[in-house]
Amino acid sequence: MTTKHAEVEQRAPYVGRAVDRLDGPAKVTGAARYAAEHPYPNLAHAALVHATVARGRITAVDTAAALAVRGVIEVLTHENAPAMKPAPALSMLNPSTMASGTSVNYLATDEVHWNGQPVAVVVAETPEAARYAASLVRLTYQESPAEVDFAAAEPNAVPQKNNPLQSAGADKGDANAALAAAPVRVDLRFTTPPHSHNAIEPHATTAVWDGDDLTVHEGTQNIAWVRQHLAQRFDVPARRVRVLSPYVGGAFGGKTMIWAGTLLAVLAARATGRPVRLVLTREGVFHTVGGRTPSTQRVALGADADGRLTALIHTSVARTGRVGGGPEQITSASRHLYAAPNIHLRQNLVQLDLVANTVMRAPGESIGTFALESAMDELAWELGLDPIELRMRNEPANNPVDGKRFAHRMLREAYALGAERFGWKERDPRPGAMRDGRWLVGMGVATAYHPAWQLPAKVGVRLTADGTVVVRSSLHEMGMGAATAQAQIAADTLGVPMEAVRVEYGDSDLPPGPGAGGSGQTASAAAALLAASHKLKRSVFALARHAPDSPLRGRRLDRLEARDGGLYEGSAGETYAAILTRAGRDHLEAEAGPGMLGFAAKMLRDRRNWVKAASGAQFCEVRVDQDTGEVRVSRWVGVFDVGTVINTKTVAAQLRGGIVMGLGLALSEETLVDRRTGRVVNASLAENHVPVHADVPRIDVDWLGDPDPTMPLGLLGVGEVSITGVGAAVANAVRHATGRRILDLPITLDKLL
Amino acid sequence: MTEIRMRVNGVVHSLDVEPWVSLLDALRERLGLTGPKKGCDQGACGACTVLADGVRINACLALAVQYADKEITTIEGLAQGGELHPVQQAFIRHDGFQCGYCTSGQICSAVAMLAEHAAGMPSVVSGSAARAELTDAEIRERMSGNLCRCGAYNGILDAIREVATP
Ligand code: FES
Ligand code: FES
Repeated sequence: MTTKHAEVEQRAPYVGRAVDRLDGPAKVTGAARYAAEHPYPNLAHAALVHATVARGRITAVDTAAALAVRGVIEVLTHENAPAMKPAPALSMLNPSTMASGTSVNYLATDEVHWNGQPVAVVVAETPEAARYAASLVRLTYQESPAEVDFAAAEPNAVPQKNNPLQSAGADKGDANAALAAAPVRVDLRFTTPPHSHNAIEPHATTAVWDGDDLTVHEGTQNIAWVRQHLAQRFDVPARRVRVLSPYVGGAFGGKTMIWAGTLLAVLAARATGRPVRLVLTREGVFHTVGGRTPSTQRVALGADADGRLTALIHTSVARTGRVGGGPEQITSASRHLYAAPNIHLRQNLVQLDLVANTVMRAPGESIGTFALESAMDELAWELGLDPIELRMRNEPANNPVDGKRFAHRMLREAYALGAERFGWKERDPRPGAMRDGRWLVGMGVATAYHPAWQLPAKVGVRLTADGTVVVRSSLHEMGMGAATAQAQIAADTLGVPMEAVRVEYGDSDLPPGPGAGGSGQTASAAAALLAASHKLKRSVFALARHAPDSPLRGRRLDRLEARDGGLYEGSAGETYAAILTRAGRDHLEAEAGPGMLGFAAKMLRDRRNWVKAASGAQFCEVRVDQDTGEVRVSRWVGVFDVGTVINTKTVAAQLRGGIVMGLGLALSEETLVDRRTGRVVNASLAENHVPVHADVPRIDVDWLGDPDPTMPLGLLGVGEVSITGVGAAVANAVRHATGRRILDLPITLDKLL
Repeated sequence: MTEIRMRVNGVVHSLDVEPWVSLLDALRERLGLTGPKKGCDQGACGACTVLADGVRINACLALAVQYADKEITTIEGLAQGGELHPVQQAFIRHDGFQCGYCTSGQICSAVAMLAEHAAGMPSVVSGSAARAELTDAEIRERMSGNLCRCGAYNGILDAIREVATP
């Protein structure tokens, strides 16, 4: 990566190119096998029975009718199931303790904590028999009062506690006094509903015990957590648990924690002595896997007549489950976006008797930026100022809450490029002034912002005597193009063609990869891959430099260039294959990656010095039907500062994917909880409205391409930033089209009538 | 149990199924053809789309016994003689997928949609107009039964457009 030779510059690096996904052929031919698609002789099928009350105790169990169904092998309830160990207590030294979706010890208790909690498992010879028998299991409950209504509980929220990774608030100056004194102000209250990941692959587990050896096929975002968690719950050493997860059919945060289905498949396999497959029904996903918390938020902004902020207040209320879940960084973007001298941020929580909430694409930021960026837009209206200009006037030099340095900050550039691509200057600033027949046309902008994370990861690199390279790490491929990106990096750093690189991933027997979360997988793995490749080059060179007939004899490694499948200085050098063959080695291997403690120390040090984030400018054009209030998004431009871009093809897709999910957040998505029973009412893909083809226009995405100096390879992460700001950009465009400010997501047509 | 003979991807299989077994489960669980995916089992997502005598259907809403005399084509049967179907190739080129779980359904659906359009079948976009031009809006409308939560819609549209435009 240091000196460049003329020969090298002739061959463009793979990083930065548009490369087809390595798993493309498997996915377009149906050959890719997901967690529910692995055949085993004697495989049995399991189905869940869900509680129908929100809180209480099971007083009676009647499984007679279920057991009488032909093909039923076993019905497991708290009366007869073997016990698992309870979920572990949270420990900062062992991140896998964060893996429990909930703290419930399923089938070891008669207690019911939410409506939909699994309370029995039927195991049968066929999936049909299991499902039918599950419908026949009769449970009697003694109900206790349950709190399930977020709107009713929200006034009783308590302040969230700080933790080392997440701040629950911030204070600078006296924001309340500054707000009261401000000549111009807005003070708005926003609400956002619960959202569900709705990955098209429902959670599925195939579990096979052989003595104390357990094999699990599971679509997961964290192979290491699944392995360690299952080992702990079933009291076997982690090395005896193998988790296979080469294909994950969408996840978006929903496959980060370990939920009931995984545990109960393994339990059912243990109890019956059969390989067991458990595929959640679509409804079962809503009942057993958490989603995004609903929120209420207040954003109050004070400014002087020139639009310079004097006060920024952002407070939030979110919910967790009484048996699990965690806070989201809803006010996080308000720590970083605007140079207000007085800032007050506070996050609050309520606990409800509902399935635990969990992380979902940009947890916190996705809904937090809806509120903050809608309020900024409203302030622009108050001031009669262009909303981009208002943001530029408040662009900070350092991090507003604490004065730390930004590792990277290119929002000015993102807005400038976006405005040009979008044609922002065509916008008539008057509300309702732009029309296209019966459609009112509106244009809105909002800022996208997501912190950049690096996670601990190990990567192994193997070089074989035929010149092929195998990159080995238990990476997660949920569709981000993770393996393809690492193959590009490996090809560049080792100087081999991409065709010579294979990536092994999705298997707990490989060196442990990073969890796929926080948009940090690619950067985290890249750091370890670069280190491992460097080690590998050192060992290859060690074989050559004393060999009498090697052209590398007596040279120095730091002068050599990895290219053309070998090491060269000028025209002198030789291929890896030649070096290994001469030395009689069929392969060489190196592995790298930080230890947990050293990594944590470095991360905390880093976070003291820098604020690292991906960011961007979202531009939206909507058409609103003048009579029905129907909102159609007609154009989109997103320009992002995501640092280095490895694969322009997959990065564009991922950025678009986040925007599409943001369109759902803005206009249609809402998981409805019955206020009386705590049951999810629209637990299906027919009634939980995710965007379809017809809802999605051409989405123009671009990036600034400037590497971040503090992150591995300059990567800031792309998975989440692009969903942030989308809700506000749509709401702001609707405001422009109609003059109406919608504070309550989703922006359905009834709210515009 | 009913014994049925089913022709799938050109091969005749005979299998015993209960009358309530869906075509999707028969393909996935009995024949080991896991290309068609189960996203909802309720006809809401399109991941299970297969072709029955060339017509796209949601296999999760079809009973296997009803399709005993039909020619079923799944994603596994689209490639011919080791050569990917043009729609499959275009999906790779235009990155019409991420996780891949909706992809089998999207591709089967696209193949049949192009045939429907060629046969003059109207849509809500074109109204009753025969032989509507296959605009982007037409493609989006006609593909809206296939959800992609990864949001690969732009790539899917580009892939279909490329195949549709000679
Ligand atoms: S699985 Fe058939 S439509 Fe969803
Ligand atoms: S590629 Fe993941 S759902 Fe379409």
